[in-house]
Amino acid sequence: MDERSAVDKEVAPATMQSATDPPYLYPDYVSTRLRAPSRPLVLVPHVLSEATGPIFGPDRVMAGDSDLTRQHAGDPIGERIIVSGTVRDAGGRPVRGGLVEIWQANAAGRYRHDGDDHDAPLDPNFSGFGRVLTDDEGRYRFVTVKPGPYPWRNHRNAWRPAHIHLSLFGSQFPQRLVTQMYFEGDPLFFQDPIFNSIPREARPLVIAPLDMANGRPEWALAYRFDIVLAGRHATPFEHGDDD
Amino acid sequence: MNLPRTPSQTAGPFLSLAMRWPADGPYVVPEGTPGAIWIRGRVLDGAGDPVDDGVVESWQPDADGQFAIAATTGFRGFGRATTGADGAWALHTVKPGRIADARGGLAAPYISLAIFARGLLKQVWTRVYFDDEADANQADSTLRSIDPSRRGTLVAASTADGYRIDVRLQGHDETVFLDV
Repeated sequence: MDERSAVDKEVAPATMQSATDPPYLYPDYVSTRLRAPSRPLVLVPHVLSEATGPIFGPDRVMAGDSDLTRQHAGDPIGERIIVSGTVRDAGGRPVRGGLVEIWQANAAGRYRHDGDDHDAPLDPNFSGFGRVLTDDEGRYRFVTVKPGPYPWRNHRNAWRPAHIHLSLFGSQFPQRLVTQMYFEGDPLFFQDPIFNSIPREARPLVIAPLDMANGRPEWALAYRFDIVLAGRHATPFEHGDDD
Repeated sequence: MNLPRTPSQTAGPFLSLAMRWPADGPYVVPEGTPGAIWIRGRVLDGAGDPVDDGVVESWQPDADGQFAIAATTGFRGFGRATTGADGAWALHTVKPGRIADARGGLAAPYISLAIFARGLLKQVWTRVYFDDEADANQADSTLRSIDPSRRGTLVAASTADGYRIDVRLQGHDETVFLDV
């Protein structure tokens, strides 16, 4: 046994790749063809750089950042919705004070971004992004409008199902997750290569069901999106079961 | 308990709506910080074309090897830069101190990077090591575990105001990406 294999055995790093993730290369999603790494990932031992992560304070989030319908003088056009859920790690522990950032198209399927040339109107009362910190139980909540589907040029007559982008931080940098939340019952899933890049059995994990209990009567329907980040690494410097 | 993890999805072409922090994203340390450097580079695709719609995030300890422990005081440790039309990004930071490696020794100094973009169904992870740390790099157990012909993709070159390193997502000279 040479020195290196002895070290590998001693350190026994665990892969952080998740069986629920899509592969890097999914040729039906054309943009992966020139951007997916082609070489195997190199497994690295977990040290403090993997056991720590950015910490965000209340100053990173402004009052009103979690209500995308109240960022302008008037109400945005569209179906007002409440999106809420919990952020936990794979061990079931709530992520406290985790930064959640979202961005999305407006109700007509148009992003307020220079790169979006879809022939649909911008809404002067909708920017389409927000942020919030999770509370002590790992909960988050946004008020927004339901985004519209929109066409893209991936293949002939390609349309993205309605979705909201979410970016999440846990307490350790490798827990970092960017994902998309879809809506229960969307008829466009069958032809979307981004959604279908997820292994079939894991696809329900990105579909938010209607959540009548958390809606507000006479005001808004709700959707529930619970999020699970990677488990926290234990290191020689802490106990894995501590918070 | 081992809950199934929420699948990753691409950040798409419009990630800058939320993931660009115009005021301070690229500033791991404020302007005027003693010892501050710029780490500059490009993100390129498998054809060598610039990735002009990505975000590069960084995480590192301070110059003494200490990681941030609070939101409101001291060293932030985190940076966030969007890529421009030429694929270029830049982070204003300090060179990190050395931290303990997994064998009880010291790792060569490095900064962890995560890169997000359209066409990346999940982020890629890599590191920035420094070309003026030849002895530490030579002894670093992580660098030593990487094929010598590819190690150089993780090592930034010294420049007048800091360091320079490109991230090549695919192909010849593909950057070494990590399973962290």
